[in-house]
Amino acid sequence: MATQHSRSAARLMMAPAVVLLLGWMLVPLTMTVYFSFKKYLPLRGGDLGWAGFDNYVRFVTSSAFWPSVMTTLIIVGGVLAITVILGIGLAILLNQPMWGQGMVRILVIAPFFVMPTVSALVWKNMFMDPNYGLLAHLWEFFGATPVQWLSQASLTSIVIIVSWQWLPFATLILLTAIQSLDREQLEAAEMDGAPASKRFAFITLPHLGRAITVVILIQTIFLLSIFAEIYVTTGGAFGTKTLTYLIFQRVLESQNVGLGSAGGVYAIILANIVAIFLMRIVGKNLDA
Amino acid sequence: MGQIKLNQVSKSFGDVEVIPPLDLTIEDGEFTVFVGPSGCGKSTLLRLIAGLEDITSGHIEIDGADATNVPPAKRGLAMVFQSYALYPHMSVRKNIAFPMRMAGVPADEQERRINAAAKALNLTDYLDRRPGQLSGGQRQRVAIGRAIVREPSAFLFDEPLSNLDAALRVGMRMEISELHKKLATTMVYVTHDQVEAMTMADRIVVLRAGFIEQIGSPLELYHKPCNEFVAGFIGSPKMNLIKGAEADQHGVATIGIRPEHLDVSSTDGAWKATVGIAEHLGSDTFLHIHGMEGCDPMTARVDGELPVKHGDTIYLTPQLDKLHKFDAQGLRVD
Repeated sequence: MATQHSRSAARLMMAPAVVLLLGWMLVPLTMTVYFSFKKYLPLRGGDLGWAGFDNYVRFVTSSAFWPSVMTTLIIVGGVLAITVILGIGLAILLNQPMWGQGMVRILVIAPFFVMPTVSALVWKNMFMDPNYGLLAHLWEFFGATPVQWLSQASLTSIVIIVSWQWLPFATLILLTAIQSLDREQLEAAEMDGAPASKRFAFITLPHLGRAITVVILIQTIFLLSIFAEIYVTTGGAFGTKTLTYLIFQRVLESQNVGLGSAGGVYAIILANIVAIFLMRIVGKNLDA
Repeated sequence: MGQIKLNQVSKSFGDVEVIPPLDLTIEDGEFTVFVGPSGCGKSTLLRLIAGLEDITSGHIEIDGADATNVPPAKRGLAMVFQSYALYPHMSVRKNIAFPMRMAGVPADEQERRINAAAKALNLTDYLDRRPGQLSGGQRQRVAIGRAIVREPSAFLFDEPLSNLDAALRVGMRMEISELHKKLATTMVYVTHDQVEAMTMADRIVVLRAGFIEQIGSPLELYHKPCNEFVAGFIGSPKMNLIKGAEADQHGVATIGIRPEHLDVSSTDGAWKATVGIAEHLGSDTFLHIHGMEGCDPMTARVDGELPVKHGDTIYLTPQLDKLHKFDAQGLRVD
């Protein structure tokens, strides 16, 4: 923006959007903080006055709290590891010239368009069902006893389902990054005597650094709050209760809005800790 | 040691034959330039030598040993790319060290060669910078440094100066020539710029559509171009090729006369014509001349002080001993 006039005009025109966004964020945040200090039980007497820090203390001291934090971190970490590693592999494969490339790329991206609820239900009923699921048939075909996925390997199952959903996103971002790699750099490395494995480690991987950072940051934001996949599969049973799910249970199943709100504030804190941690590790990749 | 011998080497991409079978020997220590218009296959030929492309048929020998199926890294050649192809996330030092690191050269030897190369290329102060923080000419030197430390039997340059501005290009041209004199290693250099070819080469290979049109020293090509294509390609400004009645007088299909071999007079001469655009370079003036039958416009290189202007009538006389004659196939007639 060049002139004083156009700058102030720009501010004026942006103001409604900024006010709207601020309101959108501040109103729920303020209400959450407000309710977290209240004893508020909608079906058991309603607003029962101020509670001080009782809700905060109760939420943390509940036996479900630390396991739920762990579950959240395991799911986020597991999905990130799987999507980034497989995403890099798929991106490299898809970058090879082959017949029907356009079609294959669209197919790879397809899972991202399936709604989380739907994909979780499809996985639950069509693949992971121990009686008539596809995986059960596969196990039986090899003479093995079918795994009761969602009860015996519940956390693994959820990680698989969520990874399947997010793999296309990671692949897509990494594919576009890999396409921008200068072919002459790889050829120079080849001339310099680097075999394929070292060309990957010294040229391709560093080139992908920034894209991997973006994938990790964006996915973390969304994965911290996954809900539908757990709701329609295990319903929070078998050790799959994440922090988000715990809050949901406190507010809607136990009808304790105050306690749930305190959990919400903890979730905000956890998200920020993870964010700071991530920015420290990978954020420097975004510079330069 | 670095003799490179191509024996009936050809290259096709699918059904398209880019390079028909050709033979070429590049002698040890020679500075050979491949020159030709864009798309003539010169870069492909270089990549075949480097091993970055598989040859369709024929054999490549390097230092007397068959290298046809040897992978690029094992051929003992170093290449400098048009885009420099520096590794952006590594410092200059690490860029230069990379080939030695891959080859497992001991650390102190690496250090010694890096410092020697940095000193030779004026890069000592930049060793800890990243390529992104360097100017075009410095990046070019890093790319050359990365090639030098491998102590290759031959250097391959793929249009290394085409991304530099004119002044820097002249400077780097000198530096590369200087380097060749110092190292006395075989160098193969690809360019589309005939000035680079003329100024740097010991031997020039003129290519067109994958065919070798002529091989020779710069002055051989200038004085005795073997066909019309080479005659028109080598030399700046281009040679005037005259067809029609004038050529018939000499009993050939085409006669060629370089702009610097035309005597210009405002009073009398063999050919009468009109001055068009005059390009004043100071030392010389290039006159574009119209109205000459069989070659329009014609170019004449005259003294910078000659007072001519657009629309003047002018008389031209070719220096008959500098006249080139070509037959109907475009081949030289002596």
